[in-house]
Amino acid sequence: MNLLLALHSTPERETTSVFVTATFVVAAVLFVLALKWLSAPKTARRGNIAGEIGMAAAIIGALLQYHVVSYEWIVVGFVIGGLLGAPMAIWMPMTAVPQRTALSHAFGALAAALVGSAHYYLFDLKHAPPPHIIMAFLCLEVLLGGLTFTGSLMACGKLQEILPTRPIVWKNQNVYNLAILGLAVLCGIALTAHPQASWLFPILLVLSVTFGVLLIVPIGGADMPTVIALLNSYAGLSASMMGFVLGSKLLIIAGALDGASGFILSVIMCRAMNRSFTNVLFGAFGQPQASSAAASEKKTVRSIAPDEAAQILDAARNVIVIPGYGMAVAQAQHKVRELYDQLALRGIDVKFAIHPVAGRMPGHMNVLLAEAEIPYDRLAEMDEINGDFPQCDVALVVGANDVVNPAARHDKSSPIYGMPILNADKAKTVIAIKRSMKPGFAGIDNELYTLDHTLMLFGDAKVVLAGVAKELSENGR
Amino acid sequence: MPDFSSDIYVFILAAFLGLEVIKRVSPMLHTPLMSLTNAISAISVIAAIELAGEQRTTLSTILGTAAVAAASTNIIGGFMITDRMLKMFKTRGVKK
Repeated sequence: MNLLLALHSTPERETTSVFVTATFVVAAVLFVLALKWLSAPKTARRGNIAGEIGMAAAIIGALLQYHVVSYEWIVVGFVIGGLLGAPMAIWMPMTAVPQRTALSHAFGALAAALVGSAHYYLFDLKHAPPPHIIMAFLCLEVLLGGLTFTGSLMACGKLQEILPTRPIVWKNQNVYNLAILGLAVLCGIALTAHPQASWLFPILLVLSVTFGVLLIVPIGGADMPTVIALLNSYAGLSASMMGFVLGSKLLIIAGALDGASGFILSVIMCRAMNRSFTNVLFGAFGQPQASSAAASEKKTVRSIAPDEAAQILDAARNVIVIPGYGMAVAQAQHKVRELYDQLALRGIDVKFAIHPVAGRMPGHMNVLLAEAEIPYDRLAEMDEINGDFPQCDVALVVGANDVVNPAARHDKSSPIYGMPILNADKAKTVIAIKRSMKPGFAGIDNELYTLDHTLMLFGDAKVVLAGVAKELSENGR
Repeated sequence: MPDFSSDIYVFILAAFLGLEVIKRVSPMLHTPLMSLTNAISAISVIAAIELAGEQRTTLSTILGTAAVAAASTNIIGGFMITDRMLKMFKTRGVKK
């Protein structure tokens, strides 16, 4: 009975049986091993299995706690979760993985916000108000959970293109946004000081979900890799905060691992764009640069047809393919594979150069190419392949844009100046597949396309690549 | 006032361990990494199970059940899609 009154005395510590504790310890160890084994493709599946076993152990432990008295609603919850989760995992096309990931961050954050709210309303505020420190963690849990929930839904909407992908900006936007965040933090502080002020709690909830929406509104599609990683980190931290509220070390550990992972990924993404967190969140990158990059006198581009491209590729000894978001949009990864097969048949060395921010989430291109059954030892990171471009006969750019723009190296006025790029321009010949001369997400002209040794292959990547591959297979052996 | 010091030590150590382990994850696998850590952090399901199973108040049962649903979506979906992605990573020789 006293459990009802004294959530804050962290009943787990007093009432958890040895067996339950053991399952939680096993889960924590397996989660760490899961991430360790994920370091290389060879052991990665083992890592996933370790994670599954750890999760199963923890769930069994949680179900066996003696104060869990009824199972029907737990079963209902799991059935709903299974019905939502499994179909998404089975049928979701790989090109939609960024959306699914954003959606899963939303679900994780929602769970944290719901659990936090439930705990708040379970406190006996009159007779046994929670200690201030518990309230501080609970407010953080709800704040992070709330803003990550709506923020991730917004990110998902933008990735699915239900919402406009261009950043939406208005005057003093950052001031308003920060004011709302500030108010939410004030609410949290007030609740920490006076846990009885229950009228503040719904306000905290509303402010945090509102801030989540507003945070993502000004962020463009090209910044999604960073934002998804950052939301991943927040979702993890909110789980950790829940762990503090409940005194559950397992929650603290799992949340910290998730938080660390999201943090590292967002740092990698920021570094790959030569930008800071604040710049990503408040810079509204990717809005049409309203001809500010003016004086771009019309330079001539040389355009070729698929059969000419096929001849050039046929004569090459080594080729580096640079995939980008355009490949995902056109669902062209399987055609890339057909081309790869044709070139490999001729003994041509084909590699794939992957920029860290290519696509809409970290590692997006690798998954798409792996789906098309391109061996992963052909995929190379930016740093390891950039030295190879000068010896490369043909650099084939498939739907990548800003990550191959040489302006990043020398044009100080360019918005992407300083961003590390793939040195496609150093290759002897560059073939760029593109739908039109429309600039990319950064809204800037790409010098690569007007170089003397660059040939443009206009059209839908899937159609064009099919044409090139067909040409090669007919003229080949 | 509950004693938080050991919780805070655990958090700090786990965060550093996470940074070290995850730094070693190949960039090739960053997408599966994200879906796996997401599934792992859905461990918040254990708190949701307590809420839904203890049935202390109607509100806590409703919120707990919804939280079980949200977290288990990530558990089931997250591990499944991670496995689906990892299965795709093959070297040459598996298929020419």
